[in-house]
Amino acid sequence: MSTETIEAPVAKESEALLSKRRKKFITDPLNDDNPITVQVLGICSALAVTTQMKPTMVMALSVIFVMIFSNLIISLLRNAIPGRVRIIVQLAIVATLVTLVNEVLKAYAFDIYKQLSVFIGLIITNCIVMGRLEAFALGNKPYDSVLDGLGSGLGYSWIILAVAFFRELWGSGKVFGYDLMGAIGFESFAANGLMVSPVGAFVVLGFIIWVQRSKTGYVEH
Amino acid sequence: MQSNRYIIIFSLVLTAVLGGLLSGVSQVLGPTQKKAQDLDTKKQILGAIPAEKEALADMDAEAILARYAEVISSQVSDFQGNLVDTNEKGGRMIAEEVSIEKNYKKSIEDRMYPVFKYSANGNEAYILPVYGAGLWDAIWGFVAVNPDLKSVKGVSFDHKGETPGLGARITSDEIQARYRGKSLYDDNGNFVAITMVKGEKTPEDRLGPNKVDGLAGATLTANGVNDMLLNYINYYQKYFDKHVRGGAMTLNNQ
Repeated sequence: MSTETIEAPVAKESEALLSKRRKKFITDPLNDDNPITVQVLGICSALAVTTQMKPTMVMALSVIFVMIFSNLIISLLRNAIPGRVRIIVQLAIVATLVTLVNEVLKAYAFDIYKQLSVFIGLIITNCIVMGRLEAFALGNKPYDSVLDGLGSGLGYSWIILAVAFFRELWGSGKVFGYDLMGAIGFESFAANGLMVSPVGAFVVLGFIIWVQRSKTGYVEH
Repeated sequence: MQSNRYIIIFSLVLTAVLGGLLSGVSQVLGPTQKKAQDLDTKKQILGAIPAEKEALADMDAEAILARYAEVISSQVSDFQGNLVDTNEKGGRMIAEEVSIEKNYKKSIEDRMYPVFKYSANGNEAYILPVYGAGLWDAIWGFVAVNPDLKSVKGVSFDHKGETPGLGARITSDEIQARYRGKSLYDDNGNFVAITMVKGEKTPEDRLGPNKVDGLAGATLTANGVNDMLLNYINYYQKYFDKHVRGGAMTLNNQ
């Protein structure tokens, strides 16, 4: 008589909503794999919109929205999208989402729409969005893709907000339009014209990359 | 690998779904967008008057529309200075609905020229739309001219795509305040408009009555503003000759 025992099949535990693996989708792009400072993508919009905090904030929220939903839609359709036309399908979906953002801003935040509409349109060509669709959403499940979109969006956002903070502060002495330099007693603060030009964005971005890489020890190979 | 048939059907379905979604959203948001645009135009017209501009910041949409209806009256003139009452569709001509952008594509003689008259507490001004080309795209604005038709009460400028922090500064209060009280005519009585000089931080005594300080780093946008003012205000001369300099200030509420 066989003494073998048969192991009862154990039901595969479903992964926690924010497991260690999933947390990395959000935390990696914030620092170690940041889309702007490490992958050096999305630089054009980082230079163009970051003169002031307010439009930068709207741009950041718009990019996060577009990234999350384009990742979600592409992931849901990943088995149906024909491989030969996948790029044009991705573009069509991103362009639709961007147009939606633009239309909503036009209806409910007309002032910001006027300031940002050119740049919102440019989200379509933001390499970070297309990059994540191609590298992640086409091969992963919807929930993971949403987290990946959120992580990359946040990684992009914190960098452009940091750049905008320094550019607005040094360029005009203000933060979110509030006269910070005046409030802390520097009434004769001389605005630095370099900071409002795109060159200023390069300088600030360069400093952020320098500080970040000296801390993480990241080296380009 | 999917068949060509599958790819074509997938593409058609995707196009139909996305196109339907966008047209639906456009239909739903259309009226709200039109209201937002209308409010924005009225804010810009009122904003050409410095005292009104300060008050605008604390007003909600309804208050702005009520204030506009109270202090602004408008009419539309053609290039010859004749008043125009009916629009192309045969309806009543409404000055606020005249698209300066569309008119700009027509020849100068065929354009419509709206005039907005501001009148509050004894203060009066003619607010004129102006339109031109900046460095990257269109620029436009409203210039409030005092009833003497010689000096400027205030301006409000806007743009489509000038560089943030450089040319886009024409929308800032600081830049627009420079135009207040400046003269459109030189000492000999010739129409010269107001010119923005090259370079910034020029002392006021070197600027004189026909010049304002420049935009550092945005000389080409400044040139666009100069051309816009010189050309567009000039187009209103026949209107002023007929209806204002002739004596009767005939602007009626429409």
